[in-house]
Amino acid sequence: MSIVELEDPPISRWESRFTLARREALWGYLFISPWIIGFLLLTLAPVIATFVFTFLNLRLNQQVPVRFVGIENYQALLEDPRAWEAMGVTLRFALIALPIGLVLPFALAMLLNSKSLRGSRFFQAMFFMPYIIPFVAALFAWGSMLNPEQGWLNGMLEWFGISGPDWLNDPSWIYPGLVVVGLWGIGSAIIINLAGLQNVPTELYDAAEVDGAGFWGRLRHVTVPMMSPVIFYSLVLGLVGVMQYFLVPLVLNSGTGRPAGTTYFANIYIYNTFFSFGNMSYGATLAWLLFVVILVLTLLLFWSARFWVYYAGEAK
Amino acid sequence: MATEQLAAPQIPALDIETKELRHRRRSLDGRSLLLTTFTVMLLALFLSPMLRTLSLSLKSADQITTIGAPIWPADPGTFEWQGEEYDVYLVPMPDGTTRELALVDPGRQESGFLDPATPDAGLITWQGSWRALEQPWEFAPKWGNFAEVWNRINYPRLMFNTIGLAVIGGIGTIISCTLVAYGFARFRFRGRGFLFLLLLSTIFLPAAVTLIPTYTIFVNLGWVGTWLPLLVPAFFANAYDVFLLRQYMLTIPRELDDAAKIDGAGPLRILLSVIVPNSWPVIVAVAVFHLVYSWNLYFEPLLYLSTAPDLHPISLGLSKFNDIYGSEPQYIQAATLMTLVIPMVVFLFAQRAFMRGIVITGVEK
Repeated sequence: MSIVELEDPPISRWESRFTLARREALWGYLFISPWIIGFLLLTLAPVIATFVFTFLNLRLNQQVPVRFVGIENYQALLEDPRAWEAMGVTLRFALIALPIGLVLPFALAMLLNSKSLRGSRFFQAMFFMPYIIPFVAALFAWGSMLNPEQGWLNGMLEWFGISGPDWLNDPSWIYPGLVVVGLWGIGSAIIINLAGLQNVPTELYDAAEVDGAGFWGRLRHVTVPMMSPVIFYSLVLGLVGVMQYFLVPLVLNSGTGRPAGTTYFANIYIYNTFFSFGNMSYGATLAWLLFVVILVLTLLLFWSARFWVYYAGEAK
Repeated sequence: MATEQLAAPQIPALDIETKELRHRRRSLDGRSLLLTTFTVMLLALFLSPMLRTLSLSLKSADQITTIGAPIWPADPGTFEWQGEEYDVYLVPMPDGTTRELALVDPGRQESGFLDPATPDAGLITWQGSWRALEQPWEFAPKWGNFAEVWNRINYPRLMFNTIGLAVIGGIGTIISCTLVAYGFARFRFRGRGFLFLLLLSTIFLPAAVTLIPTYTIFVNLGWVGTWLPLLVPAFFANAYDVFLLRQYMLTIPRELDDAAKIDGAGPLRILLSVIVPNSWPVIVAVAVFHLVYSWNLYFEPLLYLSTAPDLHPISLGLSKFNDIYGSEPQYIQAATLMTLVIPMVVFLFAQRAFMRGIVITGVEK
């Protein structure tokens, strides 16, 4: 757009218009310069440097001279079962955490948006509130809830005659356990979903009702399609987040991967390679692998969007 | 069809809405009661860890390790008589009643008890093993746990650090992001669209890809053991907050800028006298988000401040505390509670700003 306006047919005051546009552009560059400088120094240069590192033999305590090793790090990556296991662990967790992270806030938002609910504003604030609790504190509070002997969750399950698992120490229960530990983070997703639901025109529901659609019919043919941009947004950001899942297992198990390697996430492996094994170049290679996986998955999502994401404002 | 109805005059539509609302207010039908009750239960479950944290933080170590102790903070009952303290037990009597008696003379087969109400009446002998008896519990919160934590983790120091990081980083974030957002929202320049897309795409970049070079730079600058690696990046803007601010600035009418321009205001003047005053809600949202971010600071301090525990913020402090005192849950939970108290208070005051900020990030995309 800017270019078109710049090339408007020159009228009598061509000179002054040109300098005016130029001055505006200069101001624009000036104002965004903090980000430009930050981007160049703290993002672009490091990304390029990390890429160069993958072809070197850089270590935390460099003992042999730095040299170019070609694609050795990439060959090592192909033969490193740990790297692929860590990626598998991450994807497996994503397959559990992402759907729950989509459906639960959506369902809660629908509940809070229901006309029959009293005190919706109060509930909104209360369900949102724990979002601001630091994750370490949330982890300790929920971790204590999940304690197999004294935790309240298993205590409640016992009322129904179910003997609950040792959530955070049982390899087959650790992922649900991690999802529970992160429950307090869903506040923002609830609010985003709620705002999306409130933007769905009520006329559409009325029309669907006239056509004889019940609750599920309206959900399927009105709510979900109209909410697809919000679902897409949550899915993309959720994916980027879950692929880098790191801090909770780091605090919980100091990055050891307990129980049975189930928390040895990709980012944990990268972190250990950098700071425990001190292998900068191989860590950089792993980081690039993670980058590529995230990039491919996001691009796939963006590509798939044309089939299922519906933008109401868009011309058909 | 839907659009026709949308375009219908506003007043009748409003009227229908208020009627409907009035109707809703009046009837507390079964469906509404059921749904509200269900939501209350769900919320109770959702927030129950806070109650557990509070309860645990007030318990004594003895109570936590005693099987069958109540879930609220309590002490087993005791009775003091003639300068000695005796434990009180629930003793089943031969006549079928249960009495609260103080154990004075414990024995294998039979024990001597005193009735605390009438201690002068002499010993009551009871047949059976006193070890099988249960004790009555009295509500006894251990407020001292908080004082203990306060001293053990140097809470004031951690709080001072967290707030210091939040304030300095927050100022840097607000200034830099406001400038950048203003640049993107109000000025035409070559490559603006591309640069904005580039800015947004940094959200997808995993931090691991920039970690080592940035770490090396900060090490070589001699910044390890200082707050600088945590604070300096804040002054170079970030994608989330710039996006948030720009979206909001786009909704400010340009006529306001033009009016100021006619009065001879330059771009900086317009920013300060038109854009910033009209962007308060979103600036507050950014500030509050940054506060939450600072409260969550964990990895950067772990990396750059491992040699300087005096500079640690609260999240790292809490985690370190857990590493050392993990076997004393009452202290861990007390520290947890002390960590979440200030953000909760902030939330109570800035609740609207928070929620509005999130709506701006989420829906406008």
